[in-house]
Amino acid sequence: MLRMESITKKFPGVMALKGVSFEVYPGEIHALMGENGAGKSTLIKILTGVYQRDGGNVLFDGKKVNFKTPLEAQEGGISTIYQEVSLIPNLTIAENVMLGREPKTKWGSIDWKKVYKEAEIILSSLGITVDVKKSVNEYSTAIQQMVSIARSVSMKAKLVIMDEPTSSLDDKEVEVLYKVMNQLKAQGIAIIFVSHRLEEIYKMCDKISVLRDGSYIGTWKTSELQQESLIARMIGKSEREVASLSDKREALDKSGESVLIQLEGVKQGNKVRNVHFSLHQGEILGLAGLLGSGRSEVAKIIAGIDGKEEGTLQIHGKEVNLYNTKQAIQKGVAILTENRKTEGIIPNMSVRENITLACLPKISKFSFISKRKQAKLVDQYIRRLGIKTPNPEQKIKNLSGGNQQKVLLARWLALNPDLLILDEPTRGIDIGAKAEIHSLMDELSANGLSLLIISSEFDELIQNTDRIIVLKDGVRVGELQGEERTQDNIMAVIANEGGIGEGKEATVTHG
Amino acid sequence: MANSNAVVSETKLKKQTEFPLTKAILPAIILLLALFNVLVTENFFALQSLWNLLILISTTALVAIGMTLVIATGGIDLSVGSIMAVAAVTSTFLLETNLFILVAGTLGVCLLFGIFNGAVISYIGVQPIIATLAMMIAGRGLAQVATEGYLISFSNPAYGFIGKGSIAGIPVPVLILFIVAALIYTVVKHTTFGRYVEAIGDNERAANLAGINVKLVKLIVYSIAAVLAALAGLIETSRLAAADATRIGELIELDAIAAVVVGGTLMTGGRPYIWGTVMGALLMGLITVTFIMNDIPHPYSLVIKAFIIIGAIFVQRKK
Amino acid sequence: MKAAVQRMTSSIPIRFNASLIQQQGAFIALVLLIIYASLSYENFLTSQNIINVLKQNSMIGIVAVGMTFVILTKGIDLSVGSLIALGGVLSAYLTNVNMILALIIPIAITALLGMVNGLIISRGNLEPFIVTLAMMIGVRGIVFIITGEQSVIVTEGAEYFYYFLGNGLFLGVPFPVWLLLLIVGISWYVLKMTRFGRHTYAVGGSENASQLMGVKTKNIKVWVYVISGTLSGLAGIILAGRLGGVAQPVAGNMWELDAIAAVVIGGTLLAGGRGGVIGTFIGVMLLGIVLNVINLDGTLNSWWQPVIRGLFLLAIVIIQAKIMNTKKLKT
Repeated sequence: MLRMESITKKFPGVMALKGVSFEVYPGEIHALMGENGAGKSTLIKILTGVYQRDGGNVLFDGKKVNFKTPLEAQEGGISTIYQEVSLIPNLTIAENVMLGREPKTKWGSIDWKKVYKEAEIILSSLGITVDVKKSVNEYSTAIQQMVSIARSVSMKAKLVIMDEPTSSLDDKEVEVLYKVMNQLKAQGIAIIFVSHRLEEIYKMCDKISVLRDGSYIGTWKTSELQQESLIARMIGKSEREVASLSDKREALDKSGESVLIQLEGVKQGNKVRNVHFSLHQGEILGLAGLLGSGRSEVAKIIAGIDGKEEGTLQIHGKEVNLYNTKQAIQKGVAILTENRKTEGIIPNMSVRENITLACLPKISKFSFISKRKQAKLVDQYIRRLGIKTPNPEQKIKNLSGGNQQKVLLARWLALNPDLLILDEPTRGIDIGAKAEIHSLMDELSANGLSLLIISSEFDELIQNTDRIIVLKDGVRVGELQGEERTQDNIMAVIANEGGIGEGKEATVTHG
Repeated sequence: MANSNAVVSETKLKKQTEFPLTKAILPAIILLLALFNVLVTENFFALQSLWNLLILISTTALVAIGMTLVIATGGIDLSVGSIMAVAAVTSTFLLETNLFILVAGTLGVCLLFGIFNGAVISYIGVQPIIATLAMMIAGRGLAQVATEGYLISFSNPAYGFIGKGSIAGIPVPVLILFIVAALIYTVVKHTTFGRYVEAIGDNERAANLAGINVKLVKLIVYSIAAVLAALAGLIETSRLAAADATRIGELIELDAIAAVVVGGTLMTGGRPYIWGTVMGALLMGLITVTFIMNDIPHPYSLVIKAFIIIGAIFVQRKK
Repeated sequence: MKAAVQRMTSSIPIRFNASLIQQQGAFIALVLLIIYASLSYENFLTSQNIINVLKQNSMIGIVAVGMTFVILTKGIDLSVGSLIALGGVLSAYLTNVNMILALIIPIAITALLGMVNGLIISRGNLEPFIVTLAMMIGVRGIVFIITGEQSVIVTEGAEYFYYFLGNGLFLGVPFPVWLLLLIVGISWYVLKMTRFGRHTYAVGGSENASQLMGVKTKNIKVWVYVISGTLSGLAGIILAGRLGGVAQPVAGNMWELDAIAAVVIGGTLLAGGRGGVIGTFIGVMLLGIVLNVINLDGTLNSWWQPVIRGLFLLAIVIIQAKIMNTKKLKT
């Protein structure tokens, strides 16, 4: 159905694609894999008309095509679901579904009745029941994602490209997505699926194609490609090296250490309803839970981003009320939020300026920044964290995601915090950098830093923490220590805990 | 090109040639224009006209320096002209006192206006363009209420020194401009405050999470803009020996914004280029002077300026 | 402080649509102001006064409608004031040639200049504020050049027609008021009931998403500036008519700011995607009636007018910001 032949694309200074060829057949779910910067998104953008190719051919449905805009691609039968939901927040669900092809009355105006009716039909065919007259921004990300899938399906797409569609969905929603994908497959629609989650690739995809550094490495049937060898092909390392990347951390019992953070009965709106836990000096504590369990919200309360309505927060045994991150920083708490782009990097500032942003008062006198101290500090962190940048003056936006994340880590470490909260520290980061960040976490805790880790990948929590607190619907429902930290146990705690009352800890916990 | 506002930017294709205007083109244009004048315009090279040119641009440049900081945080200040009017009127109430009280009092009153702007914008969350628009309308109104719309002329040698005096042969307004520019440049380049201004303009949310007191920084930025506008108001009033609440500083906000943009600071916020702004103001002034001295009607310079502004943003647009 | 506010607001189950409140807020303010004015000043509710208020504000209203389209796409158009002057001046000159051309050509030219704005902004991906600022300065310069900074008077005999355009009564209501109502009506229909209108909102809501969903965002952005330019030129002709066929090169000075103020007061967000022309109409009338009340009152000298206008604008936007903040905390 789709054949791309030796596609090349040049950007100033870089060869983004070096003769990539690959084929997709009707009714197959085809995973496109590769590290960040491998050229996946460039390839997709060429296919969907966002970029123009410099060389090669694209054959779609037997015809040679050259889409100049996303619109042309869409009309040609290729629809794309992006990672960040791309709907228009201020318009209604119905308008979003029907945008650009609104039915008209004989007077040429929009036939609103028909708009609503048709949108409803389209959505319900995928089992989505929403009030189509409400604004999109009144619904959750997951619903929005579904709406955008419904839209593209109804555009009579023959090929649907899904670019990390599950990164903001919880498990239940992912199941719905899978169902929709299988439905599309049954209709003979081809799907190109991009994801960093190996688990879902192996669950859903028929074939896997791998790109590395802009080159096409190969295509395999999913059943014939072991996970280790897939990873090895993606990062270009041997399979043994890959196996050693995923060492599980030996859980340490830090309950003897002094308590750094103590939360009691914390409540905020309906996102956080009753959370309590303590975190000890030098401990790595994980917060597990599905999306919407309140895991990020709890972190934001501790870091002073959001206020709490009820309950107490103690830092070093003293009760505190934090109103902004500045106060939290003064108390020794720093947070690396999950949104690297919007809440982390200052894109046009240099690596140097990004590292020192939060600790400027420490390296300045009468608010004049000491050049010497600054250079020393920046050098030290670039070396210690292995930040790959040509020089400290490079703009951070030109760095890869993994290196940006390291710069942000450096920003917070430069403050010498007592507690560092990491919310999805490795999301969207390639596997090599991921392993580096994990071993860094290990090293930091060995040096006495406490860490609070949030991740939607339970594996990441299990392999890198000492203890895991499980949240569900804003309530603490369990705690897992030592060898109890397994994926099954986390799932069990979440699944078995129906009530929202206090003290109903799941049975797998025991002091 | 068709997709220049690329939907999702690819990190690797970012061009590194940023702000050539401040670095090379802008000085080159200024030099060329000056050279042109030396050859074509009579009496241009007399030292007097150089000073005159710098005096001419001093008020716009001062206002524009404050505007640079505001724009660097991603804001805008339309009220600067009205604050000049407030400064002019305030100073006439202080004519009986000594120069120090006159200047300090005027700057102090205008500082309050700046703090008000900043508070409304950062603590209440009103959009800068609207908040300062309201101040622009109300501020000049207040100045006119105080003078009932009359021109208040005075004779006060001490006050006159600010606009007409000179120290070591350098006219005072020019001296003030260069001291202010150097001072603000130092602050921007070497202090935490300067770093914060840039960070806020580039990514306000991230700056806030990094522990920067964003609201306070913004408040200070609008306060600085108001104080510099007041300084410009004092210079202008001193030179005219009259306070004209209706005319003074009219449309100066647009000239100042133009100077900032031509100087290389992005409208969307980010790094402030103080000397770029001064050069931007200089270029605009030079055009005006060239036209006047060659007897070309003034409106033609407006058309040229329009093209320069477009050219400037076109050259430094984000890809 | 922040936590206290949060606590208060989130414990009260407020359920409202912020943009609705904003529009209704302007409407409620208008009703209250009208009630206050009619109780306090017996001359307020006279048909003479009402028609005067409508007439005085009709031209700024026309311009503000165009500005609404632009602001809905997250843009801004500072050039409207200069285009008003250009429209009026060209029209007055062309009365020498042909009356019909005198009406068509100026509007065509201001529409074209609007298109230039839009093309530079959308194709060049440049800041609307600066592009239209340059247009504002440049067009004003051109107007000064072609007029020699002198007023332009329509050719003899045409002044009656122009007087009608600016002042003439039709069914007891001045012509410009009819025109404004017609334009508001058409614009409301376009924004609500046509694809172009909905896509205007879409571009303001999320330009990236609109583009990905196949909206021709660049074209939309061009057309909103064309609309703004067209309506500015039209307002310029009416303005010349109001003065009995005299077009002034300084006409429309600062009108862009009044128009923006009216749009914002009417509940259209500068952030784009929300609001509409009915709100803008209300915003224009609010600002107009405030002035009218000051005049009727007569105790304040006229220098207080801008002060009260400024403070009034500030008060409204502060209330709007407060509402928005509450909404943000809620979600």
